[in-house]
Amino acid sequence: MSDREVTTTSSSEDRFVDPGLPPHKSRMGDTDPRAAKRSEMQVVILFVISIVGTIGSLLAYFLVVPDGDVASVRNANLALGVTLFLSLMGIGLAAIHWAKTLMSDHEVAEERHPMASDAETRAAALGKLQDGAKDSNIARRTVLKGSVVTAVGLFPLTIAVPLIGSVGGDWDVSKFKHTLWEKGKRLTTDPAGRPVKASDVTIGSVVQIIPEASEEERSGHSWITEKAKAVVMLVRMDPADLKESEDRKGWSYNGIVAYSKICTHVGCPVALYEQQTHHVLCPCHQSTFDVSDGAKVVFGPAKRPLPQLPIAVDNEGYLVAQDDFNEPVGPSYWERLK
Amino acid sequence: MTTPTPHSPLAGPADYLDQRTGIGNAVKGFARKVFPDHWSFMLGEIALYSFVVLLISGFFLTMFFVPSMALVTYHGPIDSMDGQLMSEAFASTLKISFEVRGGLLMRQVHHWAALLFMASIVTHMMRVFFTGAFRKPRELNWLVGFVLMILGLLAGFTGYSLPDDVLSGNGLRITDGVVKSIPILGSYLSYFIFGGEFPGEDIIPRLFALHVMVVPALILSLIALHLLFVVLHKHTQYPGGGRTDKNVVGFPLFPVYVAKAGGFFFVVFGVLALMGGVMSINNVWSYGPYDPSPVGAGAQPDWYMLFLEGSLRLMPGQPEFVIAGFTLSLNVLIPAVVIPGLLFSALALYPFIEARVTADKAEHHVLDRPRNVPTRTGIGVAIIVAFVILAVAGSNDLVATHFAMSLNAITWALRVLFFVGPVVAFIVTKRICLALQRKDRELVLHGHETGKIVRFANGEYIEVHKPVNEEERWLRVNYAAHRPLEIEPAEDARGVRRKGYKADRRWQKLSSFFYEDRVEPVRPSELHSADEHGELESGTQQPALER
Repeated sequence: MSDREVTTTSSSEDRFVDPGLPPHKSRMGDTDPRAAKRSEMQVVILFVISIVGTIGSLLAYFLVVPDGDVASVRNANLALGVTLFLSLMGIGLAAIHWAKTLMSDHEVAEERHPMASDAETRAAALGKLQDGAKDSNIARRTVLKGSVVTAVGLFPLTIAVPLIGSVGGDWDVSKFKHTLWEKGKRLTTDPAGRPVKASDVTIGSVVQIIPEASEEERSGHSWITEKAKAVVMLVRMDPADLKESEDRKGWSYNGIVAYSKICTHVGCPVALYEQQTHHVLCPCHQSTFDVSDGAKVVFGPAKRPLPQLPIAVDNEGYLVAQDDFNEPVGPSYWERLK
Repeated sequence: MTTPTPHSPLAGPADYLDQRTGIGNAVKGFARKVFPDHWSFMLGEIALYSFVVLLISGFFLTMFFVPSMALVTYHGPIDSMDGQLMSEAFASTLKISFEVRGGLLMRQVHHWAALLFMASIVTHMMRVFFTGAFRKPRELNWLVGFVLMILGLLAGFTGYSLPDDVLSGNGLRITDGVVKSIPILGSYLSYFIFGGEFPGEDIIPRLFALHVMVVPALILSLIALHLLFVVLHKHTQYPGGGRTDKNVVGFPLFPVYVAKAGGFFFVVFGVLALMGGVMSINNVWSYGPYDPSPVGAGAQPDWYMLFLEGSLRLMPGQPEFVIAGFTLSLNVLIPAVVIPGLLFSALALYPFIEARVTADKAEHHVLDRPRNVPTRTGIGVAIIVAFVILAVAGSNDLVATHFAMSLNAITWALRVLFFVGPVVAFIVTKRICLALQRKDRELVLHGHETGKIVRFANGEYIEVHKPVNEEERWLRVNYAAHRPLEIEPAEDARGVRRKGYKADRRWQKLSSFFYEDRVEPVRPSELHSADEHGELESGTQQPALER
């Protein structure tokens, strides 16, 4: 397989000669004044379309008034959009048609010159810089040189340090390790906040859970950040289907298990639960976890199982947490096991 | 705008301005500046104009948008959300859409313009790449354009998240997860971005400042630099008769390009207005305000982010390691940081690598036909194929539901394709280029088939070929087939090992990869010998030789 063509030794003369610019082809309007007149009329018509579009747009503004619902807003949007389109497109096409049919279409050649400045200019430029350096006398004053570099290099710290000090809040990254869950905290439905009775959870059902919190807490400004860590997915299955490791034997209740909803890949909420296989899928990147087997990863880009929330039942029959998660929820980070 | 005559009504103002600015010099230099004409030169123009549309529609939106994450209770035209708690950012986005007249149109025009901005930047970049417009003296302008593309991504990303809806909130959450995977600094970078834990209350105002001030200011100044370079270098031109590295052939700026380019701005704006009017995009009211719990399936980022999403989706989860108690999440780091990093570095550095392996120090103003640089064209297509495979992977769930296929099977197929596809694309593209070059040789040497069959007295049939005309021939022979680098031997005359030989050898190997396979252009002497065989119409009557 060789693509090298057999070539004879190349002489510099053995080259084709540039035939030069092709001859100019004249347009209809260049020779026939009536064709030119026609083109002029077409350009005028296009400009008129634009004017009509602008007037139409004002009419649309005053006549197509939405009353607030989605459909009426869509209609008003359509009217404004189409008339704006006509108004702009008329001008655009008119200008282009004008240029193409009526303006001179004789190609012109302009010379290029090499980008580099010539040797004389370079020498002169260098000379000026050298003169300047000499005038400043910087070469012999090393301490001065050092101090100017240091001063200019250091001054940005006066702005950067206060900025960096505050830009990350309190910089306490250990917050990743704790959520609102604690011993005895009730599991409540998301978003209504109703406590969940173990007896009300039927086999095969799945419930979105948040920790119990007052209405006030839930409309507070830190709630969304806490919720972003604490959301849980509650699933009940036939206890016979449930494979539990020795150390987690007491973490479920009657086939009810609770897992963090925050994917261990990059933190999307996992959502799609498949009753038959007990698989739960993260819709963002399709990491798939087996809820019946410790929420182990069965497919996709996540590595770790979803953290499990140990649960129990209080004396009124409501589901409660035994404790916080025993590991940080959500995506991996450098010091998560420290 | 040549020197106004004393009778012209412009004479007075022109004189006033010139006495104070000396603008006459600039007008003299620029007014009739020549630009070559070709449709592919309009791709960059589209990028420029969609940026102007972004500024216009964006200004409209800032008049009404409230960049705040403070919670408010919604009372407005959408009944289903009445009484719901949401951030002011989301509430004001709803207000722009439903209560500000023309607000929805401007929102949709803004979003479509952003998509078009990135699409035109990317296609413009492809044009520059495949035609070799990045060669000396334009390497620096390639870098400026490259940075503009990155800034375009940043502008899109920061803007996409501003409405604070469920979809964009999950996008930010993914960003948070990716940032956390960065070794040692990850958690702190996450705090740096969000002002504390995700999502906190700072991210929307921060993104807003970046989106309406920092990023556009950078884009605007780099566009100015980009265009200044175009003026300095004068535009490149496609090869053809009379077009050389020492001239530029085309039409004068005034009036032809003032009308054509000015008109084209209105066309681009008009098309975007139509899209904003008839094609709905990002209906945030149907997603609802950001809440960390729900997420919809089939959620897609904007197209220019799909490759990152796909890259994350394709990566298997195994390579997450715990080393001395510290977690190294290569399953996130590789797809979200390393792969894009490699892809972008390759793009930024390509002009310098090609110049090095070509040992070409000359200025180039006449563009390459892509077939005449087969390896470059192959590399370009391979990069595009890799990008497209990742983008498809970013929509693998939609592919699965639309074509009723197994998501896992699609993912596995794309995992394999990501490695195989670009290689196959490279080989096939390079072969096609070489074949096209041979076809060019064939045409120059033997002319076009005419369909005329001639029968000789001895019963032999031949088809008569018509020679190509001078212009067509020039187009097909006017290129340089570069050869691999030649380097000095490892040892000098006295047998001393030369320093730097190994590096030279590596460059030579890379150079061979580029230029080992090549098809030389036809030379006049070859054409003469072909003529003597006489298969052309003008020649003596003998059958064409099979090559």
